Amino acid sequence: MASEKIDVRYVAKLARIALSEDEAERFGKQLGDLLAHVNVLSELETASVPATAQVVESRNVERSDEAGPCLDRETVLSMAPQREGSFFRVPKIIGQP
Amino acid sequence: MTVQTRYEAVIGIECHVELKTRSKMFCACANEFGGEPNTKVCPVCLALPGALPVANAEAIRHMIRAGLAFGASIPAFSKFDRKNYFYPDMPKDYQISQYDMPLTLGGSVRYWLEDGTLKECKLTRIHLEEDTGKSIHGGGGDGRIAGSSFSLIDFNRAGVPLMECVSEPDLRSAQEAVGYLEALKRTFVQLGVSDVKMEEGSLRCDANVSIRPAGSTELGTKTEIKNMNSFRSVLRAIESEIERQIAVLESGSRIVQETRGWDEGQGVTHSMRSKEEAHDYRYFPDPDLVPIEVDAALIDELKKTIPVLPPERFARYRGYGMDPKQATQLVDNFPLADYFDACVAAGANPQASMNFVLSDLSRLANETGTPVNESAVTPEALAELVALVESKTVNSKIAKELLERMWAGEGSPKAIVEQEGLAQTSDTGEIERLIDEVLAANEKAATDYKAGKTNILGFLTGQVMKASRGKANPALVNELLRKKLE
Ligand SMILES: [Zn+2]
Repeated sequence: MASEKIDVRYVAKLARIALSEDEAERFGKQLGDLLAHVNVLSELETASVPATAQVVESRNVERSDEAGPCLDRETVLSMAPQREGSFFRVPKIIGQP
Repeated sequence: MTVQTRYEAVIGIECHVELKTRSKMFCACANEFGGEPNTKVCPVCLALPGALPVANAEAIRHMIRAGLAFGASIPAFSKFDRKNYFYPDMPKDYQISQYDMPLTLGGSVRYWLEDGTLKECKLTRIHLEEDTGKSIHGGGGDGRIAGSSFSLIDFNRAGVPLMECVSEPDLRSAQEAVGYLEALKRTFVQLGVSDVKMEEGSLRCDANVSIRPAGSTELGTKTEIKNMNSFRSVLRAIESEIERQIAVLESGSRIVQETRGWDEGQGVTHSMRSKEEAHDYRYFPDPDLVPIEVDAALIDELKKTIPVLPPERFARYRGYGMDPKQATQLVDNFPLADYFDACVAAGANPQASMNFVLSDLSRLANETGTPVNESAVTPEALAELVALVESKTVNSKIAKELLERMWAGEGSPKAIVEQEGLAQTSDTGEIERLIDEVLAANEKAATDYKAGKTNILGFLTGQVMKASRGKANPALVNELLRKKLE
């Protein structure tokens, strides 16, 4: 398997992590190594193995549609870094998600 | 050929609809509109560390029923994925959604236009996800925190079950887009899976709009239109965007693929270019939630709960001779439509019962405040009345009187007719006797008629009808009067 190229700056941006030149270099190499390691799996013959998205074997774990108690607002807001009246206060949102 | 008709619009709609459940999608917080900010929150919907989501069974049933209503296929296996993005109205920094294995696939929505034309728009999929919280931005229209450097968040809506309906680009005009949305709305309301109140934001939609030369099969560059808050703004926004795109192409420029926001006040769309890069949501299966398996037994059970749906009713009502507006009104009044269908099922002639239901009964309902389906007039009783009119046992005037009495709780119209001898009389001898009486009492009118004032016949007919206490067959009265006078 050829060595994996990873755009570490793009990944850092998606994760909202600021990296120095040094860190970008170091983490880029580390992430590349990790990917290469995981890629060993692609050497296995998987044509006859069904795809899976979940290692737990249970299915249809559901709750019945009943409303229950909620948290006390003061308790909730007291945990927030910033509040404004009965709202959470966050840095101004720019653009669309 | 005008500039407009040289182009064809291609429109697809993405529509988010909040499901009607008692609790949120993955926790037991109440799913209710409004309320004091941040009072319907818990560790799960606030994403406190260690809290685990558990799917709401009712929301999953709603989804399957919605899919079945549109003839979608319900895959045997489905799962939840995380859609990752940073936005403060998502406390987890990801939204639980469905990426490649949604609960419903395909299907199509039948809808109609104002002129009654029936159309169809294919669905790509409907998937289940959770709604976000609400944010109040600085500099917002209400100026609450104008110019400020922060936003305020209310998480009451975060985690409310939300279905996203994605259509194929099958729509060709703003009118078709609205017809499609109206069909979605009435279907969801009738199924009881959502209240669909646009004013409360429980239905929100975006439109993908492109144009191409008429007759072409290639797709043009599309734009995505946001911020449409009513069906009227959907209509105006899409019309305005089509006009804009035509003008861009006619001027020799090219359409830029972008998101555009509808400005209700100015009646135009504006580019919403943000500094952010193309979205990369890095979907992956949510390890906190196990997959959903839907078996045939559940599908069969839910199929039985699907009522007669609006497009089917609309087409049938049009066949009975209702105009598109009447048919739409009746389709949208589910209890009245159920009542009408029950009358037809009880053997009533559809056209005749339609007139009673849409005019006399609806008027009585308005006057008394009692819905027709809760009134004393059962569908069977109405069918009986319709049969009395059809067999010419009673004339329409007596029928109206009977209806009022049935509404007042006097029971079977047949019984009333028999008890009080209200049956229409076609007894020639009896009618001729009444005519003689009337002519004797109205000698001048008779003379006037013979002198050429033939329109006086209506008056004389009325007098004979009155003398018969409304029971005479009016056509026969008319005929016999005419004979007598000539
Ligand atoms: Zn909650």
